[in-house]
Amino acid sequence: MAETLSRSQNPRERLAFVLVWGAAAVVTATFCWLLGDILWHGLSRLSWTFLTAPPESAGRRGGIGPILVSTFLILGVCLAVSLPIGVGTAILLAEFTSDQGLFGRMTRRSLDVLAGVPSIVFGLFGNAFFCKMLGLGFSILSGGLTLACMVLPILIRSTEEGFRAVPANYRISAAALGLSRTTTLVHLLLPAAVPGLLVGLVLGVGRAIAETAALIFTSGYVDRMPESLLDSGRALSIHIFDLSMNVSGGDANAYGSALVLVVLLLLINGAASWLATYGLHRKIATI
Amino acid sequence: MYRYLDLSRQKIGHVLSAALLLALGGIAETAIAQTTGTSQLSGKLVVTGASTLAPLISEIGKRFESLSPNVRVDVQTGGSSRGVADARQGLADIGMVSRAMKDDEKDLHAFPVARDGVGIILHKDNPVQSLTDEQVIAIYTGRIINWKDVGGKDAPITVVNKAEGRSTLEVFLHYFKLKNADVKAQVVIGDNEQGVKTVAGSRHGIGYVSIGTAEYDESQGVPIKLLPTGGVPASTETVRNGTFPISRPLHIVTRTSPIGLTKAFIDYAQSKAVHDIIAQQYFVPLVN
Amino acid sequence: MTSLHSNTLFHWSTDDFLCWFLRGLAGVAGTIVILIVTFLIMEALPVLQGIGLLRFFTDPSWHPAEGFYNLTPMLWGTVFAMAGSVLIATPLGILSAVFCHYYAPVSLGKLYRRLIELLAGIPSVVYGFWGLVVLVPMIGEIHPPGQSLLAGILILTIMILPTIALMADASLANVPQQYLRGAAALGLPRWATIRGVVFPAAKSGLFTGVILETGRAIGETMAILMVCGNVVQTPSSLFDPIRTLTANIALEMAYALGDHRAALFVSGLVLMAMIVALAIAAEWISRGRIYG
Repeated sequence: MAETLSRSQNPRERLAFVLVWGAAAVVTATFCWLLGDILWHGLSRLSWTFLTAPPESAGRRGGIGPILVSTFLILGVCLAVSLPIGVGTAILLAEFTSDQGLFGRMTRRSLDVLAGVPSIVFGLFGNAFFCKMLGLGFSILSGGLTLACMVLPILIRSTEEGFRAVPANYRISAAALGLSRTTTLVHLLLPAAVPGLLVGLVLGVGRAIAETAALIFTSGYVDRMPESLLDSGRALSIHIFDLSMNVSGGDANAYGSALVLVVLLLLINGAASWLATYGLHRKIATI
Repeated sequence: MYRYLDLSRQKIGHVLSAALLLALGGIAETAIAQTTGTSQLSGKLVVTGASTLAPLISEIGKRFESLSPNVRVDVQTGGSSRGVADARQGLADIGMVSRAMKDDEKDLHAFPVARDGVGIILHKDNPVQSLTDEQVIAIYTGRIINWKDVGGKDAPITVVNKAEGRSTLEVFLHYFKLKNADVKAQVVIGDNEQGVKTVAGSRHGIGYVSIGTAEYDESQGVPIKLLPTGGVPASTETVRNGTFPISRPLHIVTRTSPIGLTKAFIDYAQSKAVHDIIAQQYFVPLVN
Repeated sequence: MTSLHSNTLFHWSTDDFLCWFLRGLAGVAGTIVILIVTFLIMEALPVLQGIGLLRFFTDPSWHPAEGFYNLTPMLWGTVFAMAGSVLIATPLGILSAVFCHYYAPVSLGKLYRRLIELLAGIPSVVYGFWGLVVLVPMIGEIHPPGQSLLAGILILTIMILPTIALMADASLANVPQQYLRGAAALGLPRWATIRGVVFPAAKSGLFTGVILETGRAIGETMAILMVCGNVVQTPSSLFDPIRTLTANIALEMAYALGDHRAALFVSGLVLMAMIVALAIAAEWISRGRIYG
């Protein structure tokens, strides 16, 4: 099909063909370069010991065991808080408010503003609000909650898009069958909106796991194995930042940690899409 | 953690965090009381401040923890001003400050733990071997903008300066008697390693960074070189014996005269037992 | 009959409950931004009362230690970097999504999507690091010093591309199949279908993607700080170093005290004002058309 179209007489079609493949090639090349760089420098560091051992000499030697645990805990707190709020808000915005309504418009605009708040401002806010005002101190909990604030707009907007994309006749047919809106939501709309939610999740987790500035002031710098959510714990991205910008001779382990981060992300994204496909099939089967 | 906060706030915080913890299925940690016994030390020390000092104090803290198993030393990074502010407000037991104490900070008790020199660096391929103080001033104020005027190749100079408020900047300006408003820089950077990477990536660059950092990177094959200042070669050795003219003390500070655990930790951080850690982190131990 | 009646009643009350519950959640989400703005204003208030807002735009330069607080050059820096990167990333991102859906073989499209997802999660410090050691020296060969507006635009483009590409991808996936079949039945060639049928049907999602990527471009800190040179000046060419408002906060916050610190919070407020302006502009452009 590609062959036949590329040979079609229409010059505009031919130009579009070249542009689309060109864009994809440029993007792929840039990213292969970037990923190749991380792989090239990071692969030699990777080992089971590196993943489990605690860091030594400010991270120049040793591994990233406790840092991995802290990262998972922070991400867990972040998702446990942001997923319910995010999906709930998205449902409200897409299904329960009219587009002209004041509440919906205000919420949507305030989320647009939230999406543009620089991460360092989130950090300072999180420090003042969660750490000091609520007395949580430098802790994994503070860090996770700050990140939750940060990923909310992304999560909400893409989930909302997912709901908006569900054809209107789903809702009309459901109403005609006398199903309540709750039932319609749970059995019809939610499964259909999963792709949008998934994009939000991937972008949100990506942003959360890559965050540096917001975490320095909230979850902190301590690289010991955390014993509870109220302990301070250093996230992987902070570790990378510290090693590459503050610790001379930390570059090798910084690359190793970056590689671990990328692999981790690959696993999380894979798991999310697998779960979504599996969950989706089961949902449709029960209807 | 914040013992000095008023009780009501603390209560709200505890109730809230407990609720959140329950919701998240976490396990609340029982607060560790800080006791002041000298034989059996236990408790938690919160240390915050300068990013330059954070790796060093973190390592000292780890060794201190291994000596007294019931002690926890939590080090948080963020900058000298945060060290001062947190120590003043009682948010931290100890603050870290990577410069000499200012006049309006005399209310704090400051304890020097190490020294650090500030050296001028060029790219390794730059043929210029030394610069006089006058030449450095002329370059940084924009009166000399080409390397050929100081005996180098015909190429424009890329001046790398530090961001406002950094203590290396203050030390540098103080030595050359400059004002930051007079400096004409092409690049402004934050941390030391960023300075090293910037100059290593720019063949016509000039910058100034912590000597320990530069010395280590030079030995690792990073294409930079340290220039002598005032005829004295820049190295941790000349900083140690006091002949190198540009250097700064690294302090830890407390609000009140230290007692108990805080005092034990400060004494330890100032003792000879940690000199190997200081050298490992490329700083210069103090000779008493 | 009775059972049916009670059943309906039950449904109504669950719906009401759900609606109020969702409103509560949305309320939480909407309040966060108010909390943040209040916090920024509280921190910025001392300096705003002391020297007034006007001086942040009329002072001769940004030298807080000497009492000068001009933010205008950094405002321009932020605007230029944002505009440049959005202009490049938007077509690239949308074309990427088109590639995934309509041009690439299925397996290649899947692989490509995975790649983009991966890029969304690379920490900005890694992008910045790569920019500093690879991109900046390359630009430096053309026109020293290398740290420049151009480097910032390129790095930002790479960083925001996943956002727009994934959002566009999701909205293209939601274009109903019968539209495409209809277009095929009419004998429309591929690009004409995409331009005439797919883009109009997906515009809401594409627009959201642009808003999100613009927000990200304005808010990005660490990578920008490493490649832009951070000199406070209004750039006159692509090769001039610039400092953005976010980089300004990140560079100096750790060492700032008193008025200087408060002035940095004013930079934060100015950033927020920019975002609000963006949101209003978006609302104005899209009025009645996007959420229709």
